[in-house]
Amino acid sequence: MITKRNVSGRVSTGLAMLVMTVMLFAKSPSVRASSSNHDQPAAPPAAVKIDNFSFTPQTLTISVGTTVTWTNRDDIPHTAVSTEGVFKSKVIDTDEKFSYTFTKAGTYSYYCTIHPKMTGKVVVQ
Amino acid sequence: MTYKKQDVIDQQMQDLNNDGVDRRGFLKCMAWAGTGLVWTMSGGIPVSQAFARSMGHGPGQGSDFSFVQISDSHMGFNKPANPDVVATLQAAVDKINRLPDQPEFLLHTGDISHLSRPDQFDTVDQVLKSASATQVFFVPGEHDVLDDNGKSYLERYGKNSQGAGWYSFDHKGVHFVGLVNVMNLKAGGLGSLGGEQLEWMEKDVKHLKHSTPIVVFAHIPLWTLYPDWGWGTADSAQALGYLKKFGSVTVLNGHIHQTMQKVEGNVTFHTAMSTAFPQPQPGKADSPGPMKVPAEQLRSLLGITDVNYLQGRHSLAVVDSSLG
Repeated sequence: MITKRNVSGRVSTGLAMLVMTVMLFAKSPSVRASSSNHDQPAAPPAAVKIDNFSFTPQTLTISVGTTVTWTNRDDIPHTAVSTEGVFKSKVIDTDEKFSYTFTKAGTYSYYCTIHPKMTGKVVVQ
Repeated sequence: MTYKKQDVIDQQMQDLNNDGVDRRGFLKCMAWAGTGLVWTMSGGIPVSQAFARSMGHGPGQGSDFSFVQISDSHMGFNKPANPDVVATLQAAVDKINRLPDQPEFLLHTGDISHLSRPDQFDTVDQVLKSASATQVFFVPGEHDVLDDNGKSYLERYGKNSQGAGWYSFDHKGVHFVGLVNVMNLKAGGLGSLGGEQLEWMEKDVKHLKHSTPIVVFAHIPLWTLYPDWGWGTADSAQALGYLKKFGSVTVLNGHIHQTMQKVEGNVTFHTAMSTAFPQPQPGKADSPGPMKVPAEQLRSLLGITDVNYLQGRHSLAVVDSSLG
């Protein structure tokens, strides 16, 4: 608490109190935000596991703003490439990852360009 | 046309030719690495003979030759299925160098590297330098064209090629066609040659005499071996259509890391073993990935393919042999 004990003490104190009040109010939106985080997860990261020449889950449903991370647990490299050119990973070797944040709702089909029989889908709501 | 009924015993561990091969009228062709027993089609009749290229041929048969196909070296792979792919590639080269009839060149049917990295291509080039055959022809596998759409592959191996790296050449009267079927693969699809390459191929073989023996080599099999695993090429029928007029066509592929053979009329299809790691037989595993076997068995499932052309013979003799 900042107070100045001088001739303009009262004004200063009032000012300080005003500043603190503003600061307090400024803080509360974020307090509200954290409680809203508990009620409604904003965009927790989502994961796709690549193993045995498959994407798991093959269809992943997420909300707008979610970042999806593909992790390759197979002993062979793979890629995750959107069929509509929306996203394109470089080659993902064993234990490597690729992430993409989905900012628009829609259904995104993708596949592995090395093993094109491997397909998956991300549904963004 | 009558066929001699023969029992063919499969000495190789894979016993692959029992699966997925239509036996009616087709030849089941085996090779015994040790004895070099080879089946060939001669005038439509399967004939077995202990193979020796020089048999019955005096001087003046200078147009006989052989070449060796290697495939799927996957340089850079280091997982349990084979922690040392350099050693097994070197073993393949050593085997080539010990062949009684030395090959005049090598064909590498792709997946040279595992991740298209420069150091991986460099290592393969280095190992192949110790091969007796100094000339090596390549076609890319899907592992050779990652990330850069095949740019680094073409820089190294694409001289005198067109498009994604297709080309043809002649050697002692045999016409060789190298095709690329690993580019622009579509979701859920098989290998693909594409319109531009097919157009080129049609023109390339159009004016050749029907008696010209043809050898086509490409990474992914040019027949639909097992579509669930992507083992096939969507538009290969068109390519094979251009070869219908020829009396002898040999198609050499890789990609599946095991030997498989099919004969259809004048066309013999053959896939080679890998020099890096084996893969399961069609449908015998969840997925077509690297197959782990006991260390002492690994080299028996890796190998090379020796191909022999004898002038006047109807077809080329294809002999697989494992590394150990």
